[in-house]
Amino acid sequence: MTPTRLAFAAILGKDLRAELRTLQSLPAMALFAVTTFVIFRFGLDRTALSGSLAAGVLWATLLFAAILGINRLFVTEREEGGFDAIRLAPIDRTALFFAKASALLAYLLVLELVVVPIFAVFFLDSAAALPPLALVLLLADLGLAATGTLISSMAVNSRARDLLTPLVLLPLAVPLSIAATGAIEPLLALGGPGYHRFGTWLAVLGLYDLIFLLVGYAVFDFLLED
Amino acid sequence: MYGKGLRPLSIATVAALVVSLSLVFFYAPLDGDQGFIQKIFYLHVPLAITALVGFVIGGVFAILHLRSGEGRWDAYSYVSIHMSVIFGVAVLITGSIWAKASWGHWWVWDEPTLVSFLIVFLMYATYYPFRYAIEDREQQARYASVFAIVAGAFVPLNFIAVRMAQSLVHPRVFATANGGLPGSMMLTFLASLLAIGLLWVTLVKFELTAKSASGQLKRLRRALDAPTPGGASRVAPEVS
Repeated sequence: MTPTRLAFAAILGKDLRAELRTLQSLPAMALFAVTTFVIFRFGLDRTALSGSLAAGVLWATLLFAAILGINRLFVTEREEGGFDAIRLAPIDRTALFFAKASALLAYLLVLELVVVPIFAVFFLDSAAALPPLALVLLLADLGLAATGTLISSMAVNSRARDLLTPLVLLPLAVPLSIAATGAIEPLLALGGPGYHRFGTWLAVLGLYDLIFLLVGYAVFDFLLED
Repeated sequence: MYGKGLRPLSIATVAALVVSLSLVFFYAPLDGDQGFIQKIFYLHVPLAITALVGFVIGGVFAILHLRSGEGRWDAYSYVSIHMSVIFGVAVLITGSIWAKASWGHWWVWDEPTLVSFLIVFLMYATYYPFRYAIEDREQQARYASVFAIVAGAFVPLNFIAVRMAQSLVHPRVFATANGGLPGSMMLTFLASLLAIGLLWVTLVKFELTAKSASGQLKRLRRALDAPTPGGASRVAPEVS
């Protein structure tokens, strides 16, 4: 393996191991999401959801739950000196970006593995839409992982880190939200999943992922300089 | 040094504004469909184009800053974005007035260009809290540049996504089947675009001049060991 790949694997492994041992982010994200479903049940006064309402509730919940995890993504690096260690190490700094983005992607996938079935049990009549839904969420998570890692790494070095991540990330996630809910809405329509403009929305999601992974790759170096 | 050429530029801007406004009110014909209210188009569209171009220019300056490491480019980027955000407020207000007169509502959600612009505006509005939350001057400049680049990539993507999500009701004046704008309207529009563009450049130059002057003043005070009035609660970009 090249040194960059080694560094990537080491940082990713360290992050996943730390999360497994401390369980700092994931349980909180899942719990938050389930509680939010309950709040939507009463806020909307619905016991079953379909179409655009279902898509909106699912996406908004996942997005806000993701922000909880994104907020904490770099906290240990800053508080325990991880940033300094990586600056000192003779490795390509983009390894940190991709490792952190992969860790975040893994968190989001685990979160959805837990939370989306609960959403289906709570609000949906059938589970027929879940396989294509998984594809949409995978693409959306990729984009969220790219932008989330980028914003989180900057916000953590500021005075107002808990405030800045949602503030900057939410507008940045608007195109992602439009495309994700656009694809999810027909999937969760009453009377079985539909695929209206499904491919187009997937293409928009893919474009978003591509652009922000490239931008992250291009600018991340400058965030670690000191 | 930033004040150089400011006077002729200001005079040219005022002249261009006067000419374009006279064209708007005395030369351009009344729109057959929308009547007098259509004239806000000559203000709204150039403002929007200038603001968006200004955001892109801010992103280009940010790239220059990251590549060269010169603080000057960061100040250019900051001032460009700052001015475009102010123009953005004017775009949203004039757009709202136009929407009220033309469709009967102050805000129309299935109007992709207006909604896209709102999202872009909200994105850039977070530039200030983001920037001023970082204390170290050099780090602040670097992070602000990264923000400007990320947001610059976000602008076209956002327009694509919003346009796809909605029906098309925004007037597409340049590309209608029968050739779009008549010549007199096109001329007026181009004159307005030029005037508003000049206004943007002039205001950017004014702000850079002011920043450079206050930077010099601060350095002089420091050299004389005099206290800085007001205290430095915010670390603002400086031009040397």
